[in-house]
Amino acid sequence: MDTADKHAPDPIPKGRPLTALEEAERARVQALLDTRYMADLGPADAGWGRRQFLFLTSVATAFAGLNFFVWPFIDSLNPAADVQALASVEVDLTPIKVGQSITVVWRGKPIFIRHRTEAEIAAARSVDLSQLPDPQPDAARTLKPEWLVVVGVCNHLGCIPRGQRPTDPHGAYAGWFCPCHGSHFDTSGRIRKGPAPNNLAVPQYTFIDDEHIRIG
Amino acid sequence: MATRRWKNGFVRWIDARFPIFTATHHQLYEYPMPGNLNYWWNFGSIAGIILVVMIFSGIFLAMQYQPNTAEAFDSVERIMRDVNYGWLMRYIHQTGSSLFFAIVYIHIFRGFYYGSYKSPREITWLTGCLIFFAMMATAFMGYVLVWGQMSFWAATVITNLFTAVPGIGESITTWLWGGYAVANPTLNRFFALHYLLPFVIFAIVALHLVALHTTHSNNPLGVDMKGPQDTIPFHPYYTVKDLVGLGAFATLFAIMVFFAPDALSEPDNFIPADPLVTPEHIVPEWYFLPFYAILRAVPDIGPIPAKLAGVIAMFGATLIWFLVPWLDRSKVRSAKFRPLYQVFFWVLVVNCLVLGWCGKQLPEGVFLTISRIATGYYFFHFIVLLPLLGIFERPRPLPYSISAPILTPSPVSPAGRLELAPAAAGDEARP
Amino acid sequence: MTASMRLRAAIVAVALVVLVVVAAPDRAATAAEDGARPPIPQQLWSFAGILGKYDDAALRRGFLVYMDACSGCHSLRHVAYRDLSALGVGFGPEDIKALAAQFKVEDGPDEEGKMFRRPALPADRIVSRFPNKQAAQHANRGMYPPDLSLITKARRDGTNYLFAFLTGFEEPPADAEVTPGMHYNRYAPGQQTGMEGVLSEDLVEYDDGTQASVPQMASDVTSFLAWAADPHREIRHSIGVRVVIFLLLLTLMLYALKREVWAHLHERKEEAAAAARARNEDRDHPDQAEMPH
Repeated sequence: MDTADKHAPDPIPKGRPLTALEEAERARVQALLDTRYMADLGPADAGWGRRQFLFLTSVATAFAGLNFFVWPFIDSLNPAADVQALASVEVDLTPIKVGQSITVVWRGKPIFIRHRTEAEIAAARSVDLSQLPDPQPDAARTLKPEWLVVVGVCNHLGCIPRGQRPTDPHGAYAGWFCPCHGSHFDTSGRIRKGPAPNNLAVPQYTFIDDEHIRIG
Repeated sequence: MATRRWKNGFVRWIDARFPIFTATHHQLYEYPMPGNLNYWWNFGSIAGIILVVMIFSGIFLAMQYQPNTAEAFDSVERIMRDVNYGWLMRYIHQTGSSLFFAIVYIHIFRGFYYGSYKSPREITWLTGCLIFFAMMATAFMGYVLVWGQMSFWAATVITNLFTAVPGIGESITTWLWGGYAVANPTLNRFFALHYLLPFVIFAIVALHLVALHTTHSNNPLGVDMKGPQDTIPFHPYYTVKDLVGLGAFATLFAIMVFFAPDALSEPDNFIPADPLVTPEHIVPEWYFLPFYAILRAVPDIGPIPAKLAGVIAMFGATLIWFLVPWLDRSKVRSAKFRPLYQVFFWVLVVNCLVLGWCGKQLPEGVFLTISRIATGYYFFHFIVLLPLLGIFERPRPLPYSISAPILTPSPVSPAGRLELAPAAAGDEARP
Repeated sequence: MTASMRLRAAIVAVALVVLVVVAAPDRAATAAEDGARPPIPQQLWSFAGILGKYDDAALRRGFLVYMDACSGCHSLRHVAYRDLSALGVGFGPEDIKALAAQFKVEDGPDEEGKMFRRPALPADRIVSRFPNKQAAQHANRGMYPPDLSLITKARRDGTNYLFAFLTGFEEPPADAEVTPGMHYNRYAPGQQTGMEGVLSEDLVEYDDGTQASVPQMASDVTSFLAWAADPHREIRHSIGVRVVIFLLLLTLMLYALKREVWAHLHERKEEAAAAARARNEDRDHPDQAEMPH
């Protein structure tokens, strides 16, 4: 026995005629080529009904499972517990004197809290609603007339209106003025002139007692 | 590849410009798969899927993680406690890294057993080794991101390996650190690279598959496919078989994620990194233990100090895999037909487990002796045994083809051993 | 053939044994390094196992023990006051708000650029007695009292270890060497620790009438800290049970589908094998049949 015999068989050199034995083996393989018993599989085969049932139920189950797998990852992008815990803030109103404003941060946005003067309240309440771009009575925007609480974001394109400090511009209506595109807000935070489509939003808030509010 | 004629007009329009449908059809139905793959062949596709799961969960974790030494540990805890399902994402990623290595180790040893690295599949094997290298780097850097005690000291110890390089070692290490110790710059770059490398792995996987599909899959018999009688289409046979394996694997994965997520973690990594206190035992993750044992086992070799020799041996332990296609001189692929190699294969498996066990112990006394013997045997297997077996081993008779054992009552026909080479060389089983 | 199969079986068996040894915790090494330290006794925890649940009453008592006995030195910086709502009765939103308000946290800078102290909110993490690690270390003779948020995970067999540690303070045996400034503890590494045994009979007053014995307090505070380290344990287990059952079912369905798909192939294989057998017989007896062509 030669050494090559120990390992893989040698390929048959090109051109050498096959021996009878090799020819027989080759013929056997050729015969099998025609049967193609492994590769031949069609949906028309018997047993398709059972298989189709198994296939559809498995695919449906796997698809449902995939959804369950993906959901936690999607949900992880929602506000986390520590972010949610700061979703409401409490504000002590006692240090704010009449005619003063403060800005507090709530959910990443500035909240304007203004202790309005009698004159400002009167101005806000005496407006003819039909003149307003976004008609809303002042009473509907405050829980108590002397306290105005609004989200300090101009709903035109998201700038912060000026007017919190006495030295700021207050616009033509003695409230706030948005420097970006010139929106004027009145003492109730309502839009009076300029491109902003709506009044400054009033966040959800409640009075815990006379001196404290909870926003959110 | 000529494009097929598709019935649907839209499909035809796309396919004429970008033959995705033809290519898919080709891979699923025309590409020949050996008809006799066993469940050990599932691990390649499972590894591919877990890579996707790791990248997917990693991206979402990166959206919450802070790569800054002051905040890294706390941000991981925030993920675990406050982020919606953060604990689930993190445990999937953490357990996934362990299982990824387990799957890939099985995949590699399946290749060793069935000779999948042999001609003509050398490039498939080499790209696979590259994937493993990239995986080790990625896993190491990912482990550092947690910034616990083990993270920090693993980073310190592993980066200190480079100080063994004569002459420029110190400079290399300082360059790796971006400072004079493992610190914030190190964490930052590790985060960047940990994010990058999985995509590199993904690209090498693509190369791995191109090479595989050029030479076609090996099979448990290790003989070439000779014709259609040996082959079946990928779909539905191997799609469904891979899915069974994937289902079983997912079940195991879920059991670990939900019921034993910290089973493989070191308690010390729940202590925030402290550059001034070294833990009593520095132990790497289990998948590095054999290499860690080799690193510590090697003594001074002649003029080479133990430190440098250990580093060389450790890297050599994986680098030697690149040479396996040429070290193994036997032309028979499958260990099924190699009575001696089969035995030595299992001895190698045991040897690697012993090395892993040594990696967990202090390198003293009997453990050091065992590690040294096991390290020596490890290299002996690859450098001495593999070439010699090819020369002296007498393999069992090979079947003519994959279908032959089914089609002939006994491997040895009454007319004597049939040893036929492919009738037409390079016959790719296409009718 | 059989000899080599036996050998192979033997080697696989050895591999399995080695795998088990490798996977098992390295108790040998632990025992060697700790000398006389006895093994940690295993307790029966209500939250052990897949179906275990935290005992809310024990968590509440444990929180009390933490506040009274531990918080003087040990922080709990990963737990927020709002998290305590998991403790159930007596930890409603208003209770937690009132609890948090007893502590002051530094905030700021204010409009004048100064840092100020304000009452803690439920959203704040539990306030530590010390502003930072160095201060805690300094106040404890250079030994940092570890943060307790993850303590049961940061020790091997953490819950059992913690209970053993808390009940392991006793008079040192005659042959024990205790470094000055350290305290003997049966279960501590090296059998000594910088911490004093703080738990003593009736140290705290439980409002549910439970007798505050040392093992009771140790068990309660261990439960509480186990919860602090792993607050999502119950939900993780309950989701896990459903996921694993789902995956088992899916795997079984896929396996049935696989058998269905491959059955066809196996049938064909049988047919082909039968045909080949017939042909082989023909070939072996050429006098009875024609050679294949």
